[in-house]
Amino acid sequence: MTQVSMTVNGEAVSAEVEGRTLLSDFLRGNLRLTGTHIGCDTSQCGACLVHVDGEVVKSCTMFAAEAAGTEVTTIEGMANPDGSLSAIQQAFQDQHGLQCGFCTPGMVMATASLLKENPKPSVAEIRDYLEGNICRCTGYHNIIKAVLAASGQDVDAMVAG
Amino acid sequence: MKAQDFRYERPSTMDEALAILADTDQEAQPLAGGQSLMPMMNFRLAAPDVLVDLGGVPELSGICEDNGEIVIGAMTRYRDLMASEMVARDVPLLAAALPHIAHPAIRNRGTLGGSLALSDPAAESPAVLLALGGSVDLRSASGQRSVAADEFFFGLYETARQPEELITAVRLPKAAPGHRFGFYEITRRHGDYAMIGVAVAQAPDWRIAFFSVAGTPLRATDAEAVLNADASDIDAAVAALASLEIDGDRHGDPAMKRHLAGVALRRAIGGMS
Repeated sequence: MTQVSMTVNGEAVSAEVEGRTLLSDFLRGNLRLTGTHIGCDTSQCGACLVHVDGEVVKSCTMFAAEAAGTEVTTIEGMANPDGSLSAIQQAFQDQHGLQCGFCTPGMVMATASLLKENPKPSVAEIRDYLEGNICRCTGYHNIIKAVLAASGQDVDAMVAG
Repeated sequence: MKAQDFRYERPSTMDEALAILADTDQEAQPLAGGQSLMPMMNFRLAAPDVLVDLGGVPELSGICEDNGEIVIGAMTRYRDLMASEMVARDVPLLAAALPHIAHPAIRNRGTLGGSLALSDPAAESPAVLLALGGSVDLRSASGQRSVAADEFFFGLYETARQPEELITAVRLPKAAPGHRFGFYEITRRHGDYAMIGVAVAQAPDWRIAFFSVAGTPLRATDAEAVLNADASDIDAAVAALASLEIDGDRHGDPAMKRHLAGVALRRAIGGMS
């Protein structure tokens, strides 16, 4: 067993875990932060994306012990401090950027990371950045629209492609 | 899914890491970025007894120039290679390959050294190393050595690295004016493992390394000889791929893959700069 301490959504947390405990399982099982979804456990689908020290990573492909000492942000940490939806979350709702919602936490975390690096991405840049996130409802068009809206761009200017 | 349990070690220096690898009589596996190893462990295709996490060893990361070579620490992450002006300027072939490696979230964790240590036959980095004629620095508790790219890849997931050794750095020759490079891969979905791919260098001699063709990346030495004699005779270079020992896989039989190899080579050469 290994003692791990980290900061999750601004709160210090600490627990004793097995070495093999994935960060995704630590977040969901130990901390009960079940907004981080596990689709594949093998880094294919992107549903489990979280931010570790500001960088988006697949939490199923990182051991909790590797995250010791880091600052982790999950989907539960994305809303505004007053509990209202963040601009990205609101854009996903407004543009119907989710159907079943299973992939949405990962999509939102990836979008936040993209917009930090590239505040006004083109449609091609959005598609390129989100290529590691799978939506099995195949609602990709509205997800792209949501990212455009979240970055303050004209959604109607999007052409299919 | 969950990996088989293991003893987790997180050394803070290279010497400490090497001592753990030297002292254990169990199967010890270094953990770099983990972006291939961890899915393999979750599938239980890999089940090391001891996992040596190199994430706490800062001396294994960084990019510098040494005697005409760009030296990249084994734990340098793809994200940092993509952001490096030195890599963009001095190792343009690597810079051209980087956007094809998986997806942003994976590039934030994945490392050059880890990719070479695993040597997945469909991975980009081994072919880039081979096309550039670089070398790999290895170190164990009892010594260090450098292995040329041509001697590094042994077979499917087999390299010159011994279990008690760590890859410490990767050495890639610095591009000189007039050198040209090309990279092309064919994938069903961008970021997936390639059906076939090729890294090409004319620096000034030609070196052509295919990946996703066999258990290791393969140099197309006959095609290189054609282009060394006449750099404009691309048809003859493609015809010379007939001697390449290509294995079939889930993407296609050897004949189809040989056809794709020719397509990839033409496009890589066509895009050289």
